[in-house]
Amino acid sequence: MTVPPSAEPDAAGTQRVRDASAIALRNLHKRFGRDAVALDGVDLDIHAGEFFTLLGPSGCGKTTLLRILAGLEAPNEGTLTIGGKDVTTTPPHLRSVNTVFQSYALFPHLSVHDNIAFGLRMKGVAAAERERRVQEIADFIKLGALMERRVNQLSGGQRQRVALARALVCEPDVLLLDEPLSALDAGLRNQLQVELQRTQKRLGMTFVFVTHDQEEAMVMSDRIAVLDGGVIQQVGPPQTVYEHPVNAFVARFMGHVNLFEIGSVNGDRVTTALGQLRLEQPLAEHERHGMLLIRQEVIELGPEVPEGYNALQGVVRERLYRGSRVEYRLEVDGVVLLATASNLGQRLHAVGDRVTVSICPEDIVRLDA
Amino acid sequence: MSKPESPYPLAAHSGSLSPDTRHLLWSVAPGVIWIVVFLVLPSLYLIGVAFMTNGPYGQPQMPLTLDAFSQLAGFGFLGWSPGNLYTLLRSLWQTLLATGLVILVAYPLAYRISISREKWRALMLLAVVVPSWTNQVIRAFGWMNLLSPGTPLAELAQFFGLIGPNMGLYPSNFAVTLGLIYNFLPFMVLPLYAAFEKLDYALVEAARDLYASPLRAFWLAVFPQTLPGLLAGTVLVSIPAFGMYVVPELLGGGRAMMLGNLVASQFAGGSNWPLGAAGALIMLLATFGGLFAMRRIGKRLSGGEEVVI
Repeated sequence: MTVPPSAEPDAAGTQRVRDASAIALRNLHKRFGRDAVALDGVDLDIHAGEFFTLLGPSGCGKTTLLRILAGLEAPNEGTLTIGGKDVTTTPPHLRSVNTVFQSYALFPHLSVHDNIAFGLRMKGVAAAERERRVQEIADFIKLGALMERRVNQLSGGQRQRVALARALVCEPDVLLLDEPLSALDAGLRNQLQVELQRTQKRLGMTFVFVTHDQEEAMVMSDRIAVLDGGVIQQVGPPQTVYEHPVNAFVARFMGHVNLFEIGSVNGDRVTTALGQLRLEQPLAEHERHGMLLIRQEVIELGPEVPEGYNALQGVVRERLYRGSRVEYRLEVDGVVLLATASNLGQRLHAVGDRVTVSICPEDIVRLDA
Repeated sequence: MSKPESPYPLAAHSGSLSPDTRHLLWSVAPGVIWIVVFLVLPSLYLIGVAFMTNGPYGQPQMPLTLDAFSQLAGFGFLGWSPGNLYTLLRSLWQTLLATGLVILVAYPLAYRISISREKWRALMLLAVVVPSWTNQVIRAFGWMNLLSPGTPLAELAQFFGLIGPNMGLYPSNFAVTLGLIYNFLPFMVLPLYAAFEKLDYALVEAARDLYASPLRAFWLAVFPQTLPGLLAGTVLVSIPAFGMYVVPELLGGGRAMMLGNLVASQFAGGSNWPLGAAGALIMLLATFGGLFAMRRIGKRLSGGEEVVI
């Protein structure tokens, strides 16, 4: 907390990164009651100044993990360090961590101004300094006209902003965000996604964001951790997690549907339910199990098959026109295959059409079941 | 015609009431009649009596004076005596004390019930409410039995030197306070329980997250949420407690009399209706004053929001 955040990026225009905000989780376990396991051995490093997202379905443990970071929940086992300091048992009011809650949890008996000033008041910041910082953050988040309103006079988007301002004004080392956009409509959500990401980059603060929406996670994050069953399945930048998921769960959660079990393997040729597919390279001994992933958008439909591509014959069973793109549900050898084509003004295939399906060997990804 | 056509031609032209208004009047009529006959008229009568003169047989008669009020303030035929004033002050003190103690008992109790498992919750609430299903008089007699000389409670008090040997804990001011607490506890527990049950715990977590210690989180995030329940309970307890008759009558003895007993005695034995009416009027004014103050406090503490009592 030595560097005060300001509304402007500093002179060089570079991000400010605070070393105090690196997070390390080691072997975290959390059980509720006797049987309900929320976290089952989580090891994770979150870098200082990173926009890090915990992604997973409800009940995967992502919110529990966030609450442990905030100090609202204590792990049964394992340690948590923030900025090199062990804070595993530190109560929430003694951590330099603030949270934007899913329900926003704004104090209904206080005005917007007093909500934002709350944390500074608790920290004992002098009145003049407090006013200055509240004003600064209000300008930054564009809340100027709302300061004297009561919380119940605000719209969802305004509440979200107040919740963000209330947490940011404290200048924490780490800001936690628990699905803060899930209650908003799509348009506002897209807008705030961009705003949040910009804010984080400007302040150089570590953001830990929780969501179950993989698109939101990809748009905003520097890195994503996909959780399931209280275990981290994969950590990596959005592109890696999307294009090279390590297992079927991650692949499905990222929105992929074309997953086919690996049958017999002969060098670079693999037999699947779709038929025989040629891969870029022969599978190594330890890779000859699991699944193959063919992303919807890499499938080409056309009369010509480019050199070296896998070619399959299919029939269009369903067509979903989505404006910028068109989705086809194909049947290949009695197996369903989904393909997405960008709408570039080409002639669209009709339901019942026989089409030639081309798949580049490079685009076929092997992953664990 | 340039004037817009009224949906109620009769109303527009003859100036009489629209059918909707007429319907409304008919539907509230029974309630209005009830209130006028059984509340407004008796209250007016009471106010009138309070300003009349006490006749030789205790009946109110003309002329209109402030005699009753000066008697209430202690000025009688034999000069000034503080008896009535003491009774007034005692009523006030007993009410404040009992209400305060009821809050102290009910607040943690209501919280404890609200965090219990569902099947226990109903049972605990029942345990709070069941005693009030018994007649007040019977409950007061129960306390008389528990507090009279020779009972374990009385012996314990003797052991600690709180009362002299062979004495009981009743009749006394202490017994009256105890009786009031016992009597009114459910009226505080229930509204507080309702407030605790819908407590938004996320606000507590938000306060803790924003550097509030557990104690400050309670004061700034829990207490404001329970305030409407607390104020409702305070009204439900303090107003009937101020006019309580049975408890001080049975547990208090002559020296622990409250305003209710004074009023009752003037209408019955003492036969000074104007004095009794003046006492009742004071009670009424105190009630209104209390309600008004409570609303103001509620409004202030909740930051301008109306607190419904």
